[in-house]
Amino acid sequence: MNKSRTKPIRLLGLVLMGMLLSSCDLVLFDPKGPIAQQQMDIIITSIWVMLIVVIPVMIMGAWFPYKYRAGNKNNEYKPNWQHSNLIEAIVWTIPILIIITLGIITYKTSYSLDPREPIKSDKPAMTVQVVAMDWKWLFIYPELGIASVNEMAMPIDRPVEFLVTSDTVMNSFFIPHLGTQIYAMSGMENRVHLMASEEGTYPGLSANYSGFGFSGMRFSTLATSEQGFESWVEQVKGAPEVLDEQRFQQLQQKSRDVKPMHFSSVNPHLFKQIIERYSGGSHGE
Amino acid sequence: MASNHTVVTDPHPLYGKLTLDAIPFHDPILITTFIVVLIGSIGIIGSVLYFGKLKYVWDEWLTSVDHKKIGIMYILVALIMFIRGFSDALLMRSQQAIAVAAESGAGYLPPEHYDQIFTAHGVIMIFFVAMPFIIGLMNIVVPLQIGARDVAFPFLNSLSFWLFVVGALMLNISLFLGEFAATGWLAYPPLSGLEYSPWVGVDYWLWSLQISGIGTLLTGVNFVVTIIRMRAPGMTLMKMPVFTWTSLCANALIVVAFPILTICVTLLTLDRYIGTHFFTGDMGGSQMMYVNLIWAWGHPEVYILILPAFGIFSEVTATFSRKRLFGYTSLVWATACIMLLSFVVWLHHFFTMGAGASVNAFFGIATMVISIPTGVKLFNWIFTMYKGRVEYSSPVWWTVAFFLTFAIGGMTGVMLAIPAANFVFHNSLFLVAHFHNVIIGGALFGYFAGFTYWFPKATGFTLDETLGKWACGLWTVGFFMAFMPLYVLGFMGMTRRLNYYENPEWNFWLMVAGFGALIVLCGILVQFYQIFSSIRDRKKNRDLTGDPWGARTLEWATSSPPPFYNFAKLPEVRDRDHFHDMKEFGLAYKKPESYAPIHMPKNTWAGVVIGGFSMLLGMAMIWHIWWAAAVGFLGIIGSFIAYTFEKSKDYYVPVDQVETIENAHYQQLAHANDKRDTADSSEIAISI
Repeated sequence: MNKSRTKPIRLLGLVLMGMLLSSCDLVLFDPKGPIAQQQMDIIITSIWVMLIVVIPVMIMGAWFPYKYRAGNKNNEYKPNWQHSNLIEAIVWTIPILIIITLGIITYKTSYSLDPREPIKSDKPAMTVQVVAMDWKWLFIYPELGIASVNEMAMPIDRPVEFLVTSDTVMNSFFIPHLGTQIYAMSGMENRVHLMASEEGTYPGLSANYSGFGFSGMRFSTLATSEQGFESWVEQVKGAPEVLDEQRFQQLQQKSRDVKPMHFSSVNPHLFKQIIERYSGGSHGE
Repeated sequence: MASNHTVVTDPHPLYGKLTLDAIPFHDPILITTFIVVLIGSIGIIGSVLYFGKLKYVWDEWLTSVDHKKIGIMYILVALIMFIRGFSDALLMRSQQAIAVAAESGAGYLPPEHYDQIFTAHGVIMIFFVAMPFIIGLMNIVVPLQIGARDVAFPFLNSLSFWLFVVGALMLNISLFLGEFAATGWLAYPPLSGLEYSPWVGVDYWLWSLQISGIGTLLTGVNFVVTIIRMRAPGMTLMKMPVFTWTSLCANALIVVAFPILTICVTLLTLDRYIGTHFFTGDMGGSQMMYVNLIWAWGHPEVYILILPAFGIFSEVTATFSRKRLFGYTSLVWATACIMLLSFVVWLHHFFTMGAGASVNAFFGIATMVISIPTGVKLFNWIFTMYKGRVEYSSPVWWTVAFFLTFAIGGMTGVMLAIPAANFVFHNSLFLVAHFHNVIIGGALFGYFAGFTYWFPKATGFTLDETLGKWACGLWTVGFFMAFMPLYVLGFMGMTRRLNYYENPEWNFWLMVAGFGALIVLCGILVQFYQIFSSIRDRKKNRDLTGDPWGARTLEWATSSPPPFYNFAKLPEVRDRDHFHDMKEFGLAYKKPESYAPIHMPKNTWAGVVIGGFSMLLGMAMIWHIWWAAAVGFLGIIGSFIAYTFEKSKDYYVPVDQVETIENAHYQQLAHANDKRDTADSSEIAISI
């Protein structure tokens, strides 16, 4: 395929892409919380820094073969030229400088955005326990004694500490609008701190393949005002179902595309029991 | 399919777990495929018998220890598996292009089928396409490039190949007998454990990887020894061609990394077969240990794939720029740096496991450091073109396409290496776009360049250039259309391996990606037509001189295809671009005054027979047919012992046979020279 024929297609592609990008919802560039906000900043900074070397590579990668094409006999031809200290120095130094810059960013943000690092706020953090099950998410509010499936609510501007485990295979707990995901693994408690700063309903999902029902393992995150949260809690507390041992065993059965459920009360030790079941060796007995 | 199947817990003493419902009669797609494959196989075997070629196939190919023939067979199998792997890709792209729905059941592939497809796609493309493709190229090229007559252990080479074929065969049998794993290509436990994957899918995965992995490990040992010990006199390490250097590094990686895979797969096998708890979710098993082990192999693996591709680009740019390679020393050091660094970055595949800030920071920065030598390599190739006379052959097309795509892939790789950013990219389509970007744009484009470049060396005739350029153009445009949308979808929060999705905004981009895959399909069709038409016109495309490109390294100093002993007289190497040097000083194509008998290995039945018994062992283990497994195992040991008792494993090629073959070659050269003189088309003088 020659260049002149592909050019208009590519140009059209670029224009179309620009139009569509501006209209579609790029979740990672539309952060709804401080963690996701900082992550977006890191992504954008890293792109800019790297373009310093990527753009020259792409230009030279297209231009040199064109300029020094065999048909262009006017160009200088140095068949035995194979070394230049200056060029070597430049091509080693610039990437090293870029990587030093990005390395510093990496080092700092690995600590500041460590999932376990609590978010600084004048409001106290709320704890939500998250259990990945086949194939749905169970949320337990230990301080409130309530639980829900495939739906969780959180008041905005208040840090939430998610304690994450799995009652089945490995999953990953992820709310793209709010940032950082973390693996859910049986017998272990993982932790991630997130905060929403804008009201809305944000989709949550499992980001680690976990079997046939994986695609339907979605939940809604209701980020609301304090009042909105209160009324959600009231609504859950008024739900007819309670999450007792028998109901939990039902929940453990494999099910797909599970609709949200509310439980007005839950065993306060359930989360701990689920973890211990896998770490103590009593599972399956 | 797995979920509907009744799992046999108590294997029958004669048939094991094998029952008639292991055959997917209910699935019209599979049954049709099966019938087509069956007719095809019967057709091939039948025609071999009909034309009385059985002896030829057995003597010249199946039992051959000639590295060039083994290399050709590797690439043939890779191309066949590529058809399967790419069909899987088309199935996935079309499913995702139509599956907008809130509930399971959208599209035409249910999760039980779809999840096997994406698992098979990954396994096939890495283990049974990329690996054999590059091992095939190394087989054909490395011994020639270092002026050797074969690899160090010719029988081992044949055995490696047959073990690999067994792995590929078993994976394909899983399509028509039982199921394949539906766990993702790396089969993370506990999902791949007995509790969550009770039937035979994961066992197919285990045994096909185990057996072919041992083959790969043997190849690694073989090539490290070959390159270290069998170079022509005068070829010091720093005079080795870059492709040989990168092959050396890749094979050193194989030797160190593949045992980890072997162990990891063995432990998972023990979990599934005898009830150990290395990786189970409970009873003290550690799923995190598995993920660490598999990636401690998996990350070096991607460098095993890409380093030789870097070597190919080095050969191609130097040859077609008509110039010495720029910064050879720095390229070699960059390769060695990458080889070492590739062992300290594996954790970047799971920053989200929760290892903690210090660990994540270490592995993040180590990963970024790899981009420095990689970037230097790109500059080296670009500066090789600088002040050169770049000829736009199709290998150069692939190289330039590589520059443009790989720069993007490298950039997104560094983005993924920042743990804080990785927390939102992990397992998203951004990641999928990234690794296809480097594996297609980096490794595969390199293999295609190498395939075109060395095709005449292996077969004696060149591939059609125009079709090659069309293929490259279609592949490049198709690649960008298929994978750039996936970057966008990653930013839109779409995760990988989804069978259906609720968000209608994703649909447009998935349709674009699907369309891109169709353009890639056109590129592939052009490639197959290119191979077909070039074989048809082989008389016209004949390479008489053995040096169709005016190249620089030793493999071009011999005829195309080379005689089975490669070099009648082993060359004495004086220069890095030794063949170029010979041509410059008028030493090329000089007929030696006398020949000596040549010591060569004999063909052996042992590789293919041991492969056959391994196949029996693997299949029997998958289906829990213990008596057959015992037969397979004893067969392997027995044939090996029988082979060691064979007295004559080598022989000397008599001088007059060498002379006959060489004289024919010099006649051909003279003929080529006449043709050139009359056509006066070439700038390169050939002095005889």
